[in-house]
This record gives sequence, C-alpha cells and structure tokens, in this order.
Amino acid sequence: MKVRGTKLTSDEFHNKVIAVKHAPEIEYDWATGVAISKFLKGLKDGKIIGVYCDSCDRTVTPPRMFCEECFSPMSKYVDLPDTGIINTFSIAYIKTDASRVEKPQLPAVIDIDGTSISPSGFLHLLDEINPDDIKIGMKVKAVWKDAIDRTGAITDIKYFKKMEDA
Amino acid sequence: MTKKVGMVSVGLTQFQRRAKETGKELAYYSAKMALDEAGITRKDVDGVIIGSAPDAFDGVHQKHEYLTDGSGGFNLPTMRGYVGGGTGVFSPIQGWYSIASGVNDVVLVTTEEKMSSVQPSSQAAFLTIFDNMIERPLGPNLVWIFALEMRRYMEKHGIPKEHIASVSVKNKGNAIDHPSAMLGKKWTLDEVLNSELLADPVRLLDISPVADGAVSFVMMSEEKIKEFGISKDDVAWVDGVGWNVDTTMWTNRDLYYPKYVEKAAKQAYNMAGMKDHSPEALRKWLTFAEPYDPFNYKELHHLEGLQLFGKGKAPKAAFEGVTARDGDFPVTPSGGLLGVGNPIAAAAGMKSAELYLQLTGKAGKRQIDGRDMERGVAQAWGDLMQVGTVLVMKGGRIE
Ligand SMILES: [Zn+2]
Repeated sequence: MKVRGTKLTSDEFHNKVIAVKHAPEIEYDWATGVAISKFLKGLKDGKIIGVYCDSCDRTVTPPRMFCEECFSPMSKYVDLPDTGIINTFSIAYIKTDASRVEKPQLPAVIDIDGTSISPSGFLHLLDEINPDDIKIGMKVKAVWKDAIDRTGAITDIKYFKKMEDA
Repeated sequence: MTKKVGMVSVGLTQFQRRAKETGKELAYYSAKMALDEAGITRKDVDGVIIGSAPDAFDGVHQKHEYLTDGSGGFNLPTMRGYVGGGTGVFSPIQGWYSIASGVNDVVLVTTEEKMSSVQPSSQAAFLTIFDNMIERPLGPNLVWIFALEMRRYMEKHGIPKEHIASVSVKNKGNAIDHPSAMLGKKWTLDEVLNSELLADPVRLLDISPVADGAVSFVMMSEEKIKEFGISKDDVAWVDGVGWNVDTTMWTNRDLYYPKYVEKAAKQAYNMAGMKDHSPEALRKWLTFAEPYDPFNYKELHHLEGLQLFGKGKAPKAAFEGVTARDGDFPVTPSGGLLGVGNPIAAAAGMKSAELYLQLTGKAGKRQIDGRDMERGVAQAWGDLMQVGTVLVMKGGRIE
C-alpha cells in the first residue's frame, strides 16, 4: 500500500516554506444565562449555589435551568457549603500553551458537599498542600478572594485546600 | 427495511507532524486513493461525507466548505459530521445511513485533520472546547482532563501504571508495520514509565502525537457492489453501528467508566443481532478490536466500555499479552493513535480503515494470522469526554 504526503521538518516549516500568518483578534462577551449567572453571583457573595430537582429529588451543582435527566424546569436554588471531597486530581507541569511550569498546577474535580449525586461539583485548583500528599477522597475547603476583589467568576475561589480538622 | 451496506476500499495519507500539503490536498490524496482502489471514479459517486474536528486547528471556519473539493463533494449531496475525536468512526456510520436509507448508493467518505497550522501548539486551540464560563478562566488544557480521568480509573480499580504503560509498548510497536505511521518504534516498558512527566499520572509516551493526515472510504449498497462486479473478498459489510453522547457536565459524572461507550456498543451489537453482551461471548464473536487510544489508558477504558473485558479487567489482560496482535484477542493491530499518529478525525478514520484492511486480508505485515477474520469493532471517543461511536464490520464472505 503506497500512501502519499510530504513531510516538512520544523526548520523547513518555520523558515523555508512560504507561510501565510494570521493571528485573529476576536472578543466575546457571554451572557451567563439564567442558572450560571446565579452561580456566579453566589461566588461573588462567597457562596456555592446548587439547584434542586423536585421530580428527581436531587441537588446538583453547577446549577442548571432544567434537569437534564427528567427535562423539568429547575428553579429551587440552594446554598451549599464551600467544602467537598477530591473526586480526582492531577499534578500538572504543562500549561494551556503546552509550555512547562516549575511549580505544578493542581487541577481537581471537587465533589461539593450537600449534593445528592456523586460526583456533583466542578473543576478547580488545589493549593497549600504538598502534591505528594493529595489523595482522592480528601476533604477540602474553598479559599476565597477578599470580598472586595470578587467579581462573580469561578476564580473568586482562589483554590481549595485540605480541611484542617479532616 | 434498510439496505445492506459494504465498504469496498480505503485510502490513507502519510500521517506526520507537519505536512507540506493543505488539508484539502491531503483529503484529495486519500479520496483519490480510495476511488482508485475501488476501481471507480468521482462520476460514480452520488453522496459525500466529510469528517473533520475543531475548526480552531485549521483557523478556517466551517472548513467543510474548504474541504469539499478535496473530498470530491462539489455538486453532490455532501454533509459534514463532527463529534470531536469520535468523528472518524461517526463518518463511516453516516456513510452507512445515507446508503441504508436509500438516499445514496455510492458514497465517498473522507476524514481529515491538519493540526500543525495552529501556533505554537494545538493546546491553545483545545482550550476552546472547555466550558466558557466556569472552566476556561482556570486555564485548563487537554492533558489535564485525561490525567483526571486516568487517575480516577486507576484509583477505582487499583490499576498499576505498568499495566497501562504496556499499551504504549504494544501499539507503538504494532505501528512499525503501518505505512502511514509517524511513530512506530519498539519502546521498553521502562522507557514509557520514565518518559517526561506532563500531568501526573500522564507521561509523554502515554500520549499520541498530534498530526496531519486524511483517510477515506468508498461505501456502497449491495446492489451497486454487484453491479460494479466487486468481489466479496474486497468487501467488509457494515454489521452494526451505534453512537451515544453523555451530558457535557463531565464534573457530574464518574469518569472511571464510559457509560456512553457501553450504550453505543450495545446499540451496535444489537443491530448486528448479537444479544449476548458478556465479554467472553463478545470476544468469541469478534475477531479483533480497534478501540480509540489517544492515551494508553483510553484503550483499556474503552475495551471495558465496549464490554470486551469486565470493569477493571482490561489492564491486566493487556499486560499479559492477551491483546497483542498474535494474542488471544488482538487489539489495535494497526498501531493506533499512539503509534500511527493522531490527526483527530483521520485518526479514528484510520481505525475504521483497519477494520476493512484486516477483514479483507489486505493489512500486509500487520495482518492478524492464524484465524478466520470474521468480524471487528472500531470505536472512537470525543467531544468533552462524552461521546462514543461504534462500528462493527464483518468480512465479505461472512453471511
Ligand atoms: Zn429531574
């Protein structure tokens, strides 16, 4: 079987062939919708918001306007504690642009307390912990920005840290 | 009543880190090769399917417009389908239903990806698949979510890293015999285990390389296959298809098991008339499998979703050689994404092509020997860890 295609080395690609360069500049402003706007307002107020489905009898976060299971509207927003357990995590040495970092980032899925399916939570970061000590199932608590610095963003929580009494 | 559909040829380009050719030119190479192999011309084609993944890689929005000519699609009913990494198996599924429904009789399917254009790496383009409101501000990258899923899977079943690393050794080794391969090489288990740490537990040799490439197929109704006088030996019949997508809220699902792959697989097996979904029965019914392996653990994760091994049972089987090309149940004889390369839509296209090549005895040095090539399954995965696409094909002589 004969397959075709012409290989370019990195040097040929970047220096020898004629390339057309383009760096698009596009900006977006996303309206955050019915449910996530409540979640982000909650973060601004220092709270994690969930939502309850009557017909499924379950509480989940991040909140949504409708239940993806039973397709009923969901409007009972509830305050959840700012604690949870580590569902899974990584010790990451590469950034979004694939460059390396010396101090690893510690992404984790946090299963937020007070929800009724497992996991129910969101992606965030861990800190104030030796990476070697992180374990799935570890209890963690949100570390918030000062109220004056909070803008209604997922980054209003700086990170989650290990709960001292756990 | 659906029409019986057969795949009668495949075409592939070389997979490589940087191709001189544009995406359209790559698509032309593979589409032309598939037509030539089938012994037909573009005039015989009455429908075209294009599969290509995120536009952000190419920087050409709605790139199916751009790919139409290279895929042989102008002035024809042409359609692009896209489910991220799942696309390369979804595209032949689309080929199947456009013929099975009676809409078309001869369909040219092309899967294409050109990932080298985005600078300095494709990771920045991958950022755009994450939730725009509560995930992107955290600066995630694609390796993160694989690392999160891999750790959850390992923790749930207590899987040793050695078992997972053995998949890299196997697939990169198998790829030595694939003419399109960019990374065929015999690695040792230690080399995989000690390769550069990216996002623990993921290391460099756990991952498939981004690539440029294209893969095409010609698919036909049974009547057209007879009309063109194509030998049964050159046909692989579509036996079952399935696809399934889970919720995009991936932090509200337990990542240790791909339920959506299970659902897609059962849909495909049921369509093929296979009602016994136990691993033992399925491994007897199928001769081999080509599950999606962008990362080594994903092959194992998907073998379990495909019901070919019980939950948590695939890693040990792989480590013990059960899934070697000459093992009891060969898995990824092609060399997979880990070895041949990962031009997203074309990568799973290559897996679908391997079903055809193995079932028709045209896989060359990769040919699984010592057994009747009855039936194979290809599977791909994509979107935000949420879609499973499954294709079961059987050899042309199998009734
Ligand atoms: Zn509900």
